[in-house]
Amino acid sequence: MIDGRDPVLRVEHLTMRFGGLVAVNDLSFTAARGDITALIGPNGAGKTTVFNCITGFYKPTEGRLTLAHGDRAVWSSLDTLTDSGDRAIHADGGSLFLLERMPDFLITHHARVARTFQNIRLFQGMTVLENLLVAQHNRLMLASGFTLFGVLGLPAYRQSEQEAIDKAAAWLERIGLLSRADDPAGELPYGAQRRLEIARAMCTDPVLLCLDEPAAGLNPRESAELNDLLLSIRDTHGTSILLIEHDMSVVMEISDHVVVLDYGTKISDGPPQAVKDDPRVVAAYLGVEDDEVEQVEAEVGL
Amino acid sequence: MRADTPETARVDFVRAAKQAVFAGLLALALFLPLIGFQTVQNMRNELVLETRWELLTVMILLIMAASLLTSLVIEPWRARRAARPIKPVEAAPPSPLRRWLTSAALGFVLVFPVLAIASNGLQGSIKWIDNFGIQILIYVMLGWGLNIVVGLAGLLDLGYVAFFAVGSYSYALLAKTFGLSFWLLLPLSGILAAFWGVLLGFPVLRLRGDYLAIVTLAFGEIIRLVLINWVDFSNGYAGISGIPRPTFFGIPFTANDDGFSAVFGLEFSPVYRTIFLYYVILGLALLTAFVTVRLRRLPVGRAWEALREDEIACRSLGINTTNTKLTAFALGAMFGGFAGAFFAARQGFISPESFTFMESAMILAIVVLGGMGSQLGVAIAAIAMIGGTEIMRDLDFLRAVFGSGFDPTQYRMLLFGFAMVVVMIWKPRGLISTREPSAFLKERRAVSGTLVKEGHG
Repeated sequence: MIDGRDPVLRVEHLTMRFGGLVAVNDLSFTAARGDITALIGPNGAGKTTVFNCITGFYKPTEGRLTLAHGDRAVWSSLDTLTDSGDRAIHADGGSLFLLERMPDFLITHHARVARTFQNIRLFQGMTVLENLLVAQHNRLMLASGFTLFGVLGLPAYRQSEQEAIDKAAAWLERIGLLSRADDPAGELPYGAQRRLEIARAMCTDPVLLCLDEPAAGLNPRESAELNDLLLSIRDTHGTSILLIEHDMSVVMEISDHVVVLDYGTKISDGPPQAVKDDPRVVAAYLGVEDDEVEQVEAEVGL
Repeated sequence: MRADTPETARVDFVRAAKQAVFAGLLALALFLPLIGFQTVQNMRNELVLETRWELLTVMILLIMAASLLTSLVIEPWRARRAARPIKPVEAAPPSPLRRWLTSAALGFVLVFPVLAIASNGLQGSIKWIDNFGIQILIYVMLGWGLNIVVGLAGLLDLGYVAFFAVGSYSYALLAKTFGLSFWLLLPLSGILAAFWGVLLGFPVLRLRGDYLAIVTLAFGEIIRLVLINWVDFSNGYAGISGIPRPTFFGIPFTANDDGFSAVFGLEFSPVYRTIFLYYVILGLALLTAFVTVRLRRLPVGRAWEALREDEIACRSLGINTTNTKLTAFALGAMFGGFAGAFFAARQGFISPESFTFMESAMILAIVVLGGMGSQLGVAIAAIAMIGGTEIMRDLDFLRAVFGSGFDPTQYRMLLFGFAMVVVMIWKPRGLISTREPSAFLKERRAVSGTLVKEGHG
């Protein structure tokens, strides 16, 4: 609970080793609820590895990853949960989840962490609408009585399917793809596929949305639209966002908090302006010794 | 642009001639030992070497002619076609034709026995209803069952016949041992097959693609070998005979006084049982189709297709891929089990011979040929493949063409394989390759097959 804000995700001493390679080394940071937290760093710094650990695609070698829902008072139960060996605890009007103990699909289903991928992973042969319906799988599965009522064609299921379609349509309206709802996702232009992947992740009703380089390959206009979309997600849904980004304009413009990684180690952590001026960050990005930073800054015109 | 100048045309011709000569030489090298020489046993049981130079010459000339035809006619035609500007493919809304076609096909299969009797008489119709109607419908049902696993979930299953076998033996053994009725054992056989589907599903969940195919292939063989070798249980190679036949709601199809014919005041004929069986398998096949169509529009069906498209994305959306794969295996196996129980009841005799890998390959060929995931395509492919092989049994008119020494049945599989190769060149993604979306906002537009993934197993 740094600077008194309510944390949604706490990463403590996260280490990930692949054989002899240490991809992430003793990383600790906190993402506050309702914030856009950016994870930046040069290529190969271990950003995507951190994402894969948070979303359960990798089992971390060491470390504790805690996600909280509801009242912040629940954080006082963290040690109880850790010692109990359980995956989650529900207490004090909130819930805590230990992500490193959960399989990937339960992290989305129960802890409600959604993610997008660096190389877009849409269901290309399915329509845009279907992509958003697959994202609402768990709710619809329950409504269809685990398929039983659905096969019989009971009206209760049809109603919840209509609700799911309405929700998908509302998201398509927001990302400007309503007119292409019945087209295959694979036929959309690149920028639209990026937006659709974000909308699809949002259809799982996440508490924390993890975006892996959402602005990669976008032109400046699309990039600006993306900024607006992410800000509106944060403001209207209260969803906290964790994003990996190379595009500094995106990072500086929209993030509330920036964590900088280099060679798997955290080198800076704080508000965007402070991080930008951190000599260690400049050195990591520009590849110069600390004592040369001023000279380089002058040349670049910072 | 096509080069039409005389020089290039002559160069093309020279090249074509060279290619033809090369093909001829290759054919000579290959056919000389295969066709040119033949060993025959003479009266004294000695092997005598004979030569067939005429046949060899004819074969090589045929190959050279085909080579010339390809390079002078087919290739320029293909080049012209490729050079034509490609029309942007407008994803057309499903035409009323397809809807109409489905209704017409449904109407036809419903009155098929009546048509068969009308055109061939009571006795003559048995062959048509049994060999064509029932046989094809069994494979349509198996194709639709496997379509769930391969076409929708994208899991390549080469041992599907194992579930067909489980269904058959479940019915045969339980009916013979406990005297239970067909209608009770039908669902039970399906459930048992589904159970084995889950049992197979668990160990292979982590496997994909080729590895999954090999393990399912092995599973199919294991079931067959167990049936052969566990003689106490399954009577081995000898199989199980005298399996109770299904009754018409308690009325048996026998010549007795309480038999079907006597009760309804008809003259006894085995055709009534055949007609009854026809409608039973038709009902089962339609049930399979109905359930599959429904499931595709349910979250579980959509999850299967999403799994085929991208498993990692599925997991990132909170879908339990383990359960999703298992339900696909179980449901596919269940329909295989239903078909198996019906098969045992129809034959009255089963043995491991009926459940060889060839059957699995046949069912898979039906699914692939029809277009993975397409119900209509699979049905058409089953009719073409099973009906085609049946029709080729009486191709006596070919004797008129090739002389009286020609036995058409020997060339059945050759023609059949050739037809498959042609279809796969002409329609590489199956007869119906477009995908019908499971939900739509404004209009249902088919998804082009080039976008749809085949799954990674």
